[in-house]
Amino acid sequence: MKDKGIRINICMGTGGIAAGGAQVMEAFKKELRKAGIKASVGKRCTMHKVGCRGLCAKDVLVDVVKDGNKFTYQFIQADMVPRIVQQHLIENNPVSEWLVGEDYHNFHNKQVKVVLSDCGNIDPEDIEAYIKVKGYEALKTVLKKLTPEKTIEIIKKSGLRGRGGAGFPTGTKWEICRGVEAEQKYIICNADEGDPGAFMDRSVIEGNPHAVIEGMTIGAYAIGADIGYVYIRAEYPLAVERLKLALKQARKKKLLGKNILGTKFSFDIKIKLGAGAFVCGEETALIASIEGERGMPRAKPPFPVHSGLWGKPTVINNVETLANVPYIIRNGDKWFSSYGTEKSKGTKVFALTGKVKNSGLIEVPMGITLKEIIYDIGGGIENDKALKAVQTGGPSGGCIPAGMVDIKVDYESLAQVGSIVGSGGMIVLDEDDCMVNVAKYFLQFTQAESCGKCVPCRIGTKRLLEILDRITKGNGKETDIELLEKLGNDVKSASLCGLGQTAPNPVLSTIKYFRHEYEAHLKGKCPAGVCKDLLTYYILEEFCKGCGACMRACPAGAITGERKKPHKIDPEICIKCGACFEVCKFKAVGKE
Amino acid sequence: MSVTIDDFSSHYKEIRKMKHTGLVLEHAEEYLEKIYRKYCHEKGSIIPILQEFENEFGYIPEEAIRWIAERLEIPESRFFGVATFYAQFHLKPRGKRIITACSGTACHVKGSERLINGIRRELNLEEGEDTTEDMEFTFEKVNCVGACSIAPVVIIDKKVYGKATTDKIIKEIKSLKTGQ
Amino acid sequence: MVKLTIDGKTITVPKGTTVLDAARKLDIPIPTLCHHPKLTPFGGCRMCIVEIKGIPRPVTSCTTPVTEGMEVITSSPRLEDLRKTILELILSDHPNDCMVCERAGDCTLQELAYFYGIKENRFQGERRRYEKRDGNPFIERDMEKCILCGRCVKVCSEVQGVGAIDFAYRGFNAKICPPYEHDLDCEFCGQCVAVCPTGALTGKMWALKGRQKEIKEVDTVCAYCGTGCNITLHVRRNEVVRVTSKENTWNEGWLCVKGRFGYKFINSPDRLKTPLIKKRGKFKEVSWEEALDYTAKKLNAIKKKYGPDSIGGLSSARCTTEENYLFQKFIRAVIGTNNVDHCARL
Repeated sequence: MKDKGIRINICMGTGGIAAGGAQVMEAFKKELRKAGIKASVGKRCTMHKVGCRGLCAKDVLVDVVKDGNKFTYQFIQADMVPRIVQQHLIENNPVSEWLVGEDYHNFHNKQVKVVLSDCGNIDPEDIEAYIKVKGYEALKTVLKKLTPEKTIEIIKKSGLRGRGGAGFPTGTKWEICRGVEAEQKYIICNADEGDPGAFMDRSVIEGNPHAVIEGMTIGAYAIGADIGYVYIRAEYPLAVERLKLALKQARKKKLLGKNILGTKFSFDIKIKLGAGAFVCGEETALIASIEGERGMPRAKPPFPVHSGLWGKPTVINNVETLANVPYIIRNGDKWFSSYGTEKSKGTKVFALTGKVKNSGLIEVPMGITLKEIIYDIGGGIENDKALKAVQTGGPSGGCIPAGMVDIKVDYESLAQVGSIVGSGGMIVLDEDDCMVNVAKYFLQFTQAESCGKCVPCRIGTKRLLEILDRITKGNGKETDIELLEKLGNDVKSASLCGLGQTAPNPVLSTIKYFRHEYEAHLKGKCPAGVCKDLLTYYILEEFCKGCGACMRACPAGAITGERKKPHKIDPEICIKCGACFEVCKFKAVGKE
Repeated sequence: MSVTIDDFSSHYKEIRKMKHTGLVLEHAEEYLEKIYRKYCHEKGSIIPILQEFENEFGYIPEEAIRWIAERLEIPESRFFGVATFYAQFHLKPRGKRIITACSGTACHVKGSERLINGIRRELNLEEGEDTTEDMEFTFEKVNCVGACSIAPVVIIDKKVYGKATTDKIIKEIKSLKTGQ
Repeated sequence: MVKLTIDGKTITVPKGTTVLDAARKLDIPIPTLCHHPKLTPFGGCRMCIVEIKGIPRPVTSCTTPVTEGMEVITSSPRLEDLRKTILELILSDHPNDCMVCERAGDCTLQELAYFYGIKENRFQGERRRYEKRDGNPFIERDMEKCILCGRCVKVCSEVQGVGAIDFAYRGFNAKICPPYEHDLDCEFCGQCVAVCPTGALTGKMWALKGRQKEIKEVDTVCAYCGTGCNITLHVRRNEVVRVTSKENTWNEGWLCVKGRFGYKFINSPDRLKTPLIKKRGKFKEVSWEEALDYTAKKLNAIKKKYGPDSIGGLSSARCTTEENYLFQKFIRAVIGTNNVDHCARL
């Protein structure tokens, strides 16, 4: 490694790999060899630890560091590599038009990183890297200087609340469990991130697994548990791998296991793989699942802190919650509570996706406005369309209309407008999105994920979905909107667990703010042009060049026409799949 | 000698054709014994055992459940109840190639439904079916693969295709078909 | 002991009591479907929801343990409204063919629908369809009528220790079935039938033998073994059409396959009603006097010729303790031998 001055780092997160990261890496290796340059080509995530910076929409992101000067390229593909090597590395003239622009920097500037502060700056597969950035110091402080009560006190004062959805104060939860007398207690880390459109927990575990382990160990000490479980989705193989490795390293360093750091405290962590059921994010269902059973929720009370896993007092915390703990202990409760609002302290990680320019993982202080997130961090709406709404909290959350983007993002403010912070999914919707369809989408999800134990959720969500379905098909009845509201509220009140109690939220909140769209559907129109049964596709003769692309793409054979002459769609045969609309290069296919 | 995944895949074709899975056991008895010994002292082992089966066989063979249930003295019905509860477990053998379309929220608003319909049509899948008749392809939807930034996402045999279009994916499937 | 008030009435109950049990002690009715006093609480049907001061949403009284000073309301317009919605939802996924249902008149769901006056249903939609008929000989499983209360699953594992059935699949497709949805293959004790609150589980041999009307219930003791379970014969036109057992009996209402389904011998033409004596190679019906005289004469003759130890007695588990006592007394004191035993010892 003579040419120490050159280093190339390629983002190899899930997004980076899908965008062709591996090919880009190969191309660099090949070109550098050809040019006779010795450089270290590493994966961003593993070697130079810049990790997935969250802005996967601009993948493949490549850092080229030469003589200490770092340039970041965006949207890099393998065929672009030769020019970068030639121009940047040999001629010393960075390819300016491929470099990241202002919005890349804006994306990072407004964020405040606590949980993600070390994610991407350290090698997640090396415990020494975490220790170098003061990792496990919080654990040392806690075990050697603090009593469990004092530890709980700090967490309580910091104002940390559960990041998994409900926002229950973490310190209070620990305190209750501490107060229950039992021979055996458990702490569980809930990494069963099931919300569609959310990947916060995965990124935290992939980027900094030791913070989660440290937080969990501190929690175990506080409540008096000696066994912990991480319940993690099997769909996250990389996260599982890194967690396993981290556990092994921690045990070797005596940071886990018998007599941690030479103290009397012993604690170890086991991994339990989820098997694909959204409802297992619910605490009691998660417990049933760890016990090897069907993930059917159990009635509360008794709460898990009194009677949880195998009937023993159990604390269940979400990944992000636990990852906050070491930072709070290290920097003090006052530091943490200096971020956020009066009742919602600290920062929150969101998965910003949908029709926003810069989609990715972000961490912001509680109380930031929705507008700042969408326009400053997110860079505005894709293709400069109009913002229609923001969906927060996933299938349990609601939609916030464009007119309310000045709202502060915290537990109370979002609850007030009928949505929730939830686990942190944030999906931006534009003028092309049909709100009835969005509501139907979420309900389809929750209905399919209902465990079937209680009547309101099992049959109620099914009936809600059927009503929505007929509305989007133009068969809605006049009384359907009221019926949706009535049934939706009853399902919320009468369901057993959080899934059923929140499943109607997307429907109720869209009715609240977009009632006119529901009414339009009842009249047979889908204003956004999404619901296919209310659509007709037709060809705009003045734009049609007669290229035949739509004809070839049509699976139903509904399009006819001679070459170079305008084509026609037979509405009787058309199955409204939209293939022609997608394939036409001349925007000659219209829909209504 | 225990049965490895490789051994299994060589028997796979025959196994798939067999209605009576009795022969599966013939090859797998030692493997099952190994699983039994691994889990017989563990609490709450139904899910991990089913996960082992799914990895080993590609689905949950009835005979394997019967064998292990009897051995562990846990009612078979509980294994079946758990196996049908979680999306990860399959009761029927699956195709050689697995195509997975993400139908998470971000993918949904970016048109995954059209994509899904297009793939189903290309594979000639009837309503409620997810594996092609020749057992070459299995198509499934998943809730969210957590790659929302590059939505819509399709995964073919573990390879992730971001910003997928119907055209691109169908082309890919066609080339896989002819490559057979 | 814990003191609480339910609908304004105060009661003191042991720690660990559920709100539902406390209410029942006060004779306050709370509708239930999935609850069964002998099985662990489930909390699935949601009919027994109550309001508790300080808890924002209704909770199921069958699963909630009492706490000191708890204030419970069991009926309010909101609660009744929710219960009505729940019932309508259940009925929207039910055949509602009470006219031809075996359990009509003896069905909890039907009873609740009656009390809540559900004539019209706001919710209509897809119903679960199960075409397949279970091929087992005893238990009719009409799963379209199943409301997934889980009582059958619980009785099978908690009381009977068998686990022949369990919940399978999930959500709207959830069902209760044997593994791989095969035909039921168990000991057919029929406990599941006994606890089913709807017409989903009935006895195959009960079909078209008459429903609750015209049925006379006769309490008696099962004659199959020495356990002596209390049973209730359901008799219609002097024919036993069904056997059940009441909960307040010492066997707590539980029965086995013989007691529950083995009653066909009562009206069987092959049933022996008088003693038979073999005369010239053929059995002939005789009077009890003649049979007893004959037996006594033969026993005396054998005893005289070969001695008392040439005779042995074997008694039956189907006799009562008193009868068994008399029998051994007879063999020992009258015949004069200790050659006496009992089938239950074999």
